[in-house]
Order: sequence, then structure tokens, then C-alpha cells
Amino acid sequence: MSRVVVTVMPRAGVLDPEGQAVQGALARMGFAGVEDVRIGKRIELVLAGDDPEGQARRMCEQLLANPLIEDYSVEVQG
Amino acid sequence: MTGRPLVAIVRFPGSLDHETARRASEAAGAEVAWAWHSDTELPPGTRSVIVPGGFSYGDHLRCGAIASRSPIMAAVRRHAEAGGLVLGICNGFQVLCEAGLLPGVLRRNASLRFICRQVELEVADAGTPWTRGAPPVLSMPIKHNEGAWFGDPAEGRVVLRYRENPNGSVDGVAGIANRAGNVLGLMPHPEEASDPLLGSTDGRALFAALVA
Repeated sequence: MSRVVVTVMPRAGVLDPEGQAVQGALARMGFAGVEDVRIGKRIELVLAGDDPEGQARRMCEQLLANPLIEDYSVEVQG
Repeated sequence: MTGRPLVAIVRFPGSLDHETARRASEAAGAEVAWAWHSDTELPPGTRSVIVPGGFSYGDHLRCGAIASRSPIMAAVRRHAEAGGLVLGICNGFQVLCEAGLLPGVLRRNASLRFICRQVELEVADAGTPWTRGAPPVLSMPIKHNEGAWFGDPAEGRVVLRYRENPNGSVDGVAGIANRAGNVLGLMPHPEEASDPLLGSTDGRALFAALVA
């Protein structure tokens, strides 16, 4: 079995209002120099089978990410 | 069978607005049959399909994403590809975008606030089956948190635009159809603008297509 971490993030250039709201809040709290905040998702999978990375990528393409607005990365942690 | 045109209304776990869609369809003169998310075929004789509003599958992952992969959607896709009418309202619009039957995707409102109010819509394309004979401006309610349409308007036909963009939709898109015009999705609720008691009857124009 493999543990696979999928990270889904808003694509560069796509407005991330959630990230902007958090950035504004951090600034108001006194955190200086917060130049950007982007908020995404982390999805942890435990996969049986011999191609966990390929399987996770197919899952991303078919369901876990929407390529119009999101990029994903896949990390197999063994 | 009544001989009236049959409208299949799709129900997922978490669908909410199927009853109001049924009332509006029946008031327009259609007969309604339910189609369950787990069904692999639409009811025999289905003339048109409505994917109603709600929070299908709890809106988990992305609104409409999980519903768009459910078994009934393969049947809805075949119906659309054969030229049959498909109307997606609110969450149903999100489902149709996630299914790739309509261009783009619905994102969180730019304000990060749930919006619930009456809005005015301009009919931007009066040549679709849905908008033939519709008045140029329609008043309908919106009630959504993820209603900001994002995509390339040139990939479809912009059918309805907000007069005042409430949610950050690209190009003010409130409703968009596929190029053929037979599949329409919109965030506003025509079924909740279909009776004088609800303050507007402008939504009836869209339901008239179900029996045309």
C-alpha cells in the first residue's frame, strides 16, 4: 500500500478570494510583509496497486481537480 | 401517461429544489417523472431534463463535481448529445459545468458571501429554445455561495447576464448554453419566479420551452 498526497491549488492567475481575505486578515492582525496567500486542498490517499502515482494522476484528471481553475501535484510517500 | 411532454427531474442526495421545479414544470403543462442519481437511463419518453438546485453530495470537493460523475449523468449526456433539452438550475448548473456539458465552472462568490436576493437579468441570446418569446429583462431570485461563473464565454452562448453583477461572474454571466443551445445552465431560479405569490412570474418563459 502507498500513501499518496495530492495537493490541489488555484491556478496561477485565477483570483483566489479566500486567499485574499486571509491575507487581509493577517495584515490587520499586524503580520507585516504577507505578499500573497493562496488556499488550496490537500487530499491524502492510501492506494493498493502497483502504480499509485499514475492512479492518483488519473483521479486528479477525472475528479479531484478541475483543470479550468486548479493545478494539482502528486507526491507518493511510500 | 397523460400525453403531456415528459420532463425528467434528476435527484441526487442533497437535491433541494426538485419540488419547486416539478410545480413550475407542471404549471407549464408538462408531466414530471423523477430520475434518480443511481439510474442508468432516463424515464422512457423523456422529452427534456431538469437538473435542479440544492447541495448535491453535500457540495463536497467542488460544487456539482461528485454529482457530475454519478450514473444518471451518462444518460443525461446522451440525451443532450441527441439534441434533447437539458436545464440546470443553480447546483444543477454547477453539475452541468462539472460534467463538461456546459463551458466553464462556478466559483465562490467574489464577496465570499452567500447571496439571496431578487436580481434582474438581460436576455443576451433570444435565439435559444429557452428564450424564444421571453421578455428582454427577467426578474428572478438568486441564492448561492458559489455562483461566480468562470470560463471563456466564446465556448458557449451567453443567454442571461446580470444587470448588476452580484457575484463576480466573468462577463456578468448568469446563464450560459452550449453552442447548440439545447443545454442551458443558470444560477438564478426560474422555478421560484413562476407564480404571482413568489413576486415574479418571469421564470415561466424558460419552462415554456419544456412544452413547446
